Amino acid sequence: MSGSRTDMLKTARAEPLWPRPPLWVSALGAAALALLIAYPFIFTTSFSQHLMILILLYALMAQSWNVVAGLSGQISLGQAIFFGIGAYSSTVLFAKYGVTPWVGLMVGMLLSALAAVAIGVPTLRLRGHYFAIATLLIGSGVQIVFQRWDWVGAASGLYVPIERASPWFYLQFHTSKVPYYYLALGAVAIGYLVVWKLRRSRLGFRLQALRDEPDAAASLGIAIARHKVLAFMISAAMMSVAGTFYAQYVLVLDPERLFSAEISIIVLLMTVLGGSGTLWGPALGAAILVPLSEYSRIWFGGTGRTIDLILYGILILLVCMWRTSGILSLLEERIRRRAEMP
Amino acid sequence: MSPLLDVSGLTKRYGGVTANADIVFDVNEGEIVGIIGPNGAGKSTLFDLITGFQQPDGGRVLLDGHDITGLRPDRISRLGVARTFQKLKPFIDLTVTENVIVGALAHTSDMKTARDRALESLAFVDLLEKRNNFARELSTGQRKRLELARALAMSPRLILMDEVTGGVDQRSIVGLIALVLELKQRGVTVVMIEHNMQVIMRLADRILALHAGRPIAFGAPEQVRSEPAVVDAYLGTVTDAA
Amino acid sequence: MSRDLILQAVISGLLMGLIYALVAVGLTLIFGLMEIVNFAHGEFLMLAMFTAFWFWALGGLDPMLSLPLVAILLAVAGILAHFGIIRRLLKAPMLAQVCGTFGLGVALRAGAQFLWTPDFRTITNPFIAGRVQIGPIFIGQPQLISGGICLLSFAALWWFVTRTETGLGLQATAQDRQAAAVIGIPTERMFALGWAIGLGCVGIAGTMLSTFYYIFPEVGTNFALLAFVAVALGGFGSIAGSLLAGILIGLVESLGGLLLDPSYKTLIVFALYLAVVIFRPHGLFGRF
Repeated sequence: MSGSRTDMLKTARAEPLWPRPPLWVSALGAAALALLIAYPFIFTTSFSQHLMILILLYALMAQSWNVVAGLSGQISLGQAIFFGIGAYSSTVLFAKYGVTPWVGLMVGMLLSALAAVAIGVPTLRLRGHYFAIATLLIGSGVQIVFQRWDWVGAASGLYVPIERASPWFYLQFHTSKVPYYYLALGAVAIGYLVVWKLRRSRLGFRLQALRDEPDAAASLGIAIARHKVLAFMISAAMMSVAGTFYAQYVLVLDPERLFSAEISIIVLLMTVLGGSGTLWGPALGAAILVPLSEYSRIWFGGTGRTIDLILYGILILLVCMWRTSGILSLLEERIRRRAEMP
Repeated sequence: MSPLLDVSGLTKRYGGVTANADIVFDVNEGEIVGIIGPNGAGKSTLFDLITGFQQPDGGRVLLDGHDITGLRPDRISRLGVARTFQKLKPFIDLTVTENVIVGALAHTSDMKTARDRALESLAFVDLLEKRNNFARELSTGQRKRLELARALAMSPRLILMDEVTGGVDQRSIVGLIALVLELKQRGVTVVMIEHNMQVIMRLADRILALHAGRPIAFGAPEQVRSEPAVVDAYLGTVTDAA
Repeated sequence: MSRDLILQAVISGLLMGLIYALVAVGLTLIFGLMEIVNFAHGEFLMLAMFTAFWFWALGGLDPMLSLPLVAILLAVAGILAHFGIIRRLLKAPMLAQVCGTFGLGVALRAGAQFLWTPDFRTITNPFIAGRVQIGPIFIGQPQLISGGICLLSFAALWWFVTRTETGLGLQATAQDRQAAAVIGIPTERMFALGWAIGLGCVGIAGTMLSTFYYIFPEVGTNFALLAFVAVALGGFGSIAGSLLAGILIGLVESLGGLLLDPSYKTLIVFALYLAVVIFRPHGLFGRF
């Protein structure tokens, strides 16, 4: 090996394992975090807190989709299945057996992960479109089952029994939205931390490899099927957390809404809009689309429900046509360019 | 001593077309074996059969005396068999270093160890300069070297290289030849598909010639070159083209 | 269970299946040509139904008369969709293709809700109404006529694809885009033609459906799901396959509804899809 090459190797080895973000990005991040923590004290109206809770909830749900689709490249159109399982697990356990929703949360994650295995093992080896359509159909099928299943209230759904004592044990807060806000923030923080760690781990690298080139990944010793199922399980467990939280927040379970294809679609739209495969894309997408939807409902009244969807649809179409990598990539490019400036 | 790779009777059919028919050859530890043949001779199919990407209709593949016929590609890879693809398959959304890290992660889950291993591998193929570029930004020649670095990062005992010199300029070919020879020195066993006759005559210890899916010669380079069947089937077409 | 009841179910399943088939054939044609799954397919069906409805409600035009108009309008919509949207998506990764057509579907569905409310509508007093009795079974006349028209459409499509030069060009493009381009077939025009024919079929199916089915913005969703099933069953890209698969789905649905709780009939069809894609990934009738 020539001398210059040895030198270059030395330089390369001395570089940090992960590139450090430029100072202004770190500063901006710290400011955003501080703002998130102080938010309920700055914005005290019920609406503004509700809005932020929804953004956080959807940021978590979109990140769940991002794990399976953005990282491992499998387009799931059935994420609502796990949202519903999470909501039903905690509510059924609490309503029928008096078990705290904290346990229900864990059970929901476990059941969702198991459901992901049951769905994923036969379908994840299918080619892209077949998997997407399979999850779409299974999602629709699961909804039909829950709408007919008397034990869980069939089409009329379930109510979470009201408990006014020990709110943290029962995870119900009837006087203020602030605890819900911090619960959501905590869930998002943990979820994003897990994904951040995942992206820098062996598993994360292997998922991205098999997403880009499954054959090359297999030639490097990566068991494709097992890794895809693993990603699907992690994604399902995350979605389930959001479901349990949502059930505790609205205290009503409606299978029509919980298992709706709309939920599966919205998490996809948010992620792709923000930037699928990136860490912050899903959060960015949620932060754009949730207010869009809530404000259009206010401005346009009852029909606003569809105006937001018209805008969603058009936005996502434009992104897919002109900026496949999502909005975040615009910012990232700028950051990179700035970082490269002397 | 038994050969590292022992292929016998390997056969693959697609409908009525026979892509590989009764292929027999072996590779000793530390050896460079070349595979030649005109387009459509079944060279890449042979690689796919050995590495598990396609299931053979007959025959066996032994690695170090153990039967690996029909195992999943990732299982075969974990036994120490690396390969590159004729149609290059870089992980385009990852950087060059990250691409190679995926290979290095075959033996470690520690990211720092894997990164350093990846950098060594990149230095070996002389691609360190591009380490922080995205793989999609590389030229064809660089992508070939990237794919090689990625495969080498998993410290294979045996590497199957599919046309590393194809589409590469004359100057880079010299570098690639040196690279393969250095690999040999390090004790890595190499099987390479190669179109460039000069390159393969220089590098290979033994050569397997295929024509229309059938083996027509196997032996030392000079011997294979003078084989009438090879001259007819392969060398003839090359001189015509040139 | 009486034999008449089963016969009744078979006939009505068969007729509904023909509609599914005609919706599915559009999907399969588009996929066969350019490997894009049109996730907005159901919404185009919905648009076709509404177009027929408004021709009737505003212009007093019976669906039987507006049929060619709706088919042409949808075909034009297909061409516009191709040149306006799909052509760009073709170069994008699969994720963008799925999300793009999905987004288009969401926008169309929501747009229909915004413009026309989520209400259910029907076309009352069409030319063809009532039912005919054949022996012990009753068949709705609209269903019968639409079944016949679907079959005719299939025959016409079959003739076009196998007997005309343009149709053969279409087939060649589906088989190998590059090779087709090399021998001088204008692939871009073939793609647009595929969209025109595919959505033209949807236009016919939607108009016929509007004579006996509720018309509402979400109506396309379920038909699209069934069309996906039909396409997977028949093999992506196969015209005859989608005809057979559509009929099969219609039969399974109506017989399943007869034997089991009717609300589970969709589940049976979905299970059929899963079984087929897992065990026969190239479709029931496709080659291996």
